[in-house]
Amino acid sequence: MQVTSSVREPLVTGGKTYKDVTSDVSRQVEGKPTVGWLLGMAVSLGALLLGSIALVATLWEGIGMWGLNKTVGWAWDITNFVWWVGIGHAGTLISAVLLLFRQKWRTSINRAAEAMTIFAVICAAMFPVIHMGRPWLGAYWALPLPNTFGSLWVNFNSPLLWDVFAISTYFSVSLVFWYIGLIPDFATIRDRATGIRKTIYGALSFGWDGAAKTWMRYEAVSLILAGLATPLVLSVHTIVSFDFATSVIPGWHTTIFPPYFVAGAIFSGFAMVLTLMIITRKVFKLEDYITIVHIELMNIVIIITGSIVGIAYITEFFIAWYSGVEAEQYAFVNRMFGPYWWAYWSMMTCNVISPQLFWFKKIRTSIVATFILSIVVNIGMWFERFVIIVTSLHRDFLPSSWVMFYPTLSDVGVYLFTFGLFFTCFLLFAKFFPVINMAEVKSVLKSSSEKVKR
Amino acid sequence: MERDKNFVLGIYDDEDVLLNAVTQIRQSGVKIHEVFSPYPVHGLEHNLGYRRSRLPIAAFLFGLLGTTLALTMQFYMMKFDWPMIIGGKDHASFPAFIPVTFELTVLLAAFGMVGVFMVSSNLKPWGQPRIFDIRSTDDKHVMAIDLVNNSHLERERIVEVLKASGATEVNNKSFE
Repeated sequence: MQVTSSVREPLVTGGKTYKDVTSDVSRQVEGKPTVGWLLGMAVSLGALLLGSIALVATLWEGIGMWGLNKTVGWAWDITNFVWWVGIGHAGTLISAVLLLFRQKWRTSINRAAEAMTIFAVICAAMFPVIHMGRPWLGAYWALPLPNTFGSLWVNFNSPLLWDVFAISTYFSVSLVFWYIGLIPDFATIRDRATGIRKTIYGALSFGWDGAAKTWMRYEAVSLILAGLATPLVLSVHTIVSFDFATSVIPGWHTTIFPPYFVAGAIFSGFAMVLTLMIITRKVFKLEDYITIVHIELMNIVIIITGSIVGIAYITEFFIAWYSGVEAEQYAFVNRMFGPYWWAYWSMMTCNVISPQLFWFKKIRTSIVATFILSIVVNIGMWFERFVIIVTSLHRDFLPSSWVMFYPTLSDVGVYLFTFGLFFTCFLLFAKFFPVINMAEVKSVLKSSSEKVKR
Repeated sequence: MERDKNFVLGIYDDEDVLLNAVTQIRQSGVKIHEVFSPYPVHGLEHNLGYRRSRLPIAAFLFGLLGTTLALTMQFYMMKFDWPMIIGGKDHASFPAFIPVTFELTVLLAAFGMVGVFMVSSNLKPWGQPRIFDIRSTDDKHVMAIDLVNNSHLERERIVEVLKASGATEVNNKSFE
C-alpha cells in the first residue's frame, strides 16, 4: 500500500508511468552513444594513457620516482588514497544507511552513487598497491599466505593490515550489493532487446523472472546487506584513520580521527555524487527522476557533514592547546602559519566556509551553485588529507631533517591515471548499465506520480 | 496435459488491485502458481501465503563462521605458529584482532547469504527464465494460474474469477 503525502514534494516529477520509467532509463542503454559521451570518453582515455606513462615509470624505476624523501615518507600517494576512499563512501551510505532509514529519495540516485563508490575504491586501492614498489609480490605482504620463511605471517596488530581487510571487504560487499540491485533492471533491458544484446543482458540478468518469491528473497537480501554495509562503511574510514591515529606523530595521534574521517568521507562522497549526477541528469535528460529535491537533500547532508568536519578542525586545535604537549601545539601552529599555510587555509575555506553557503535556500536549490560548490568541497577535502599528512611530517623531531615536499611529474601522473580510470569506468557504466534503479523507482512511483494513482 | 505447462494469465495494472485480487482468488479456491512483477510489491508475499524467507538465518550462520575463522586464524598465526613481540604487547592481543574479525564476519555473511539467494532462486548467468508475459519486467503484474493444478475447476470459472478480481486482461500461455 502506498501513502501519498500532501506535504512532501513528489519524488518523481513529470507524471511518469511505469512504462515511461522503463523507456526513459533504457533509452541511453539502447541508443547510439552521444557526441558528449564520446567526447568525455576521449578525454578520460587521454588522461588514462597520459597517466599510465607515469604509472609505468613508477613501476619500472621504483617509487624513487615520487617526490618522497627521508622526512616526508608519505605524501601524495596516501593523500590520494584517503581522498578516493573518502569519495567511495557516499554510494554505500546512500544505498544502505538511507535504506535502513527508509529514505525513499535514495531510489533514483543509489545506482550511480554505488557505481561511483566501486570505481573510487578501485582508484584508491591503486595507491597502496603501487607504493609497495613490487606489487607482483604484494600478496605476501598484504595477505596471510604461507611463505618460505616458514611461515612468517603478516602482522595482525597493524592498522595497515586492517586496512587491507577493510578495503577489500568494503569493495567486494559493495560490488555484490550493487550487482544484486542491477539484476532486475538487466532483465528489463533483456526483455526489450533482440539479438546479441539479448544474449548479453540475458547473461547479466542471471535468468531473473520477477517472481513474487524471488522478490521476497531479494528484499530480505537487500535489507540484510544494508544492515551489514552500514557498520562496514563506518568501519572502513575508521580503520583508514587508524593508519594515522595509532602512530605517535604529533598531529596524527588523536582520538578524534575516526568520527572526523568518517564525516569527511561522507562530505566528499556526497559532493562527488552531486558533481556526477548534475552532469548525468542533464546529459541523459533525467531531470524528472533526479529532481531539485534530491539535490537539495544531498546539499543538506553536505551542510551537516561539513559542519562536523569544521567542528573537528576546531576541536583538534583546542585539544592541542589544552593537552599541554609542546610538539602537538607546534604541529598545529605550523599547519596554520608554517610554510604550508596556503594548503591549510585552502582547506579551511573550501571545507568549513563554502558548505555553509548551503544554508541559503537559493544556493542549495541552484544547480549551478551546487555544481561549483561540489567541486570546491572535493578540492578542500584533498587539501585536508594533504595538510594532515605532509604538514605533520615535514617538520620532524630533529630540526636538521626539516624539509619541504615537492611532487614530481610521476606523482601528478599517477594521480591523473586514477582520474582517467575513474571517469572511463563511470562513462562505460553510464552508457551500458541502467543509471537509475528502474525497479526501485517504480516501487515508489505510486506515491509520487499523478498518472499512476487511481 | 501435464502439470506446469498450461496456464491462464491474469494481467494487472495496479499493485493495490493486485493485492486484493490475490486474497480474493485464493479465497475462491483457485491456486495461484506465481505472480511476476516489475518491482517488489510489499505485502504480496504475505497475501500469497509464502513463508518468511530464512535468508537472514543463513546470513547469521555464515557471519558466525566468519567470526570463528577470523579469530582462529589470528590466534593461530600470532600466538602459536610464529609468536612475535610487537610493541611489547601480548602475542594474543585480542583487541587488535577485532577489526579483521569484524571485516571477515561481514564478508562471509554477505557472500554466504548472496550465494544461498542465488542458488535458492535459481539465478545463474546461463539461466533461461520462463517468461510468461514479457511485460512483467516493464509495467504489468502477471498472475499465472496452473490449469492442471486447478483441475477441479473449469477454465471458464478461473477466467471469471480473474476478471472479477480486476485483471485488465486474461490470456492463455502454454510452454512446450
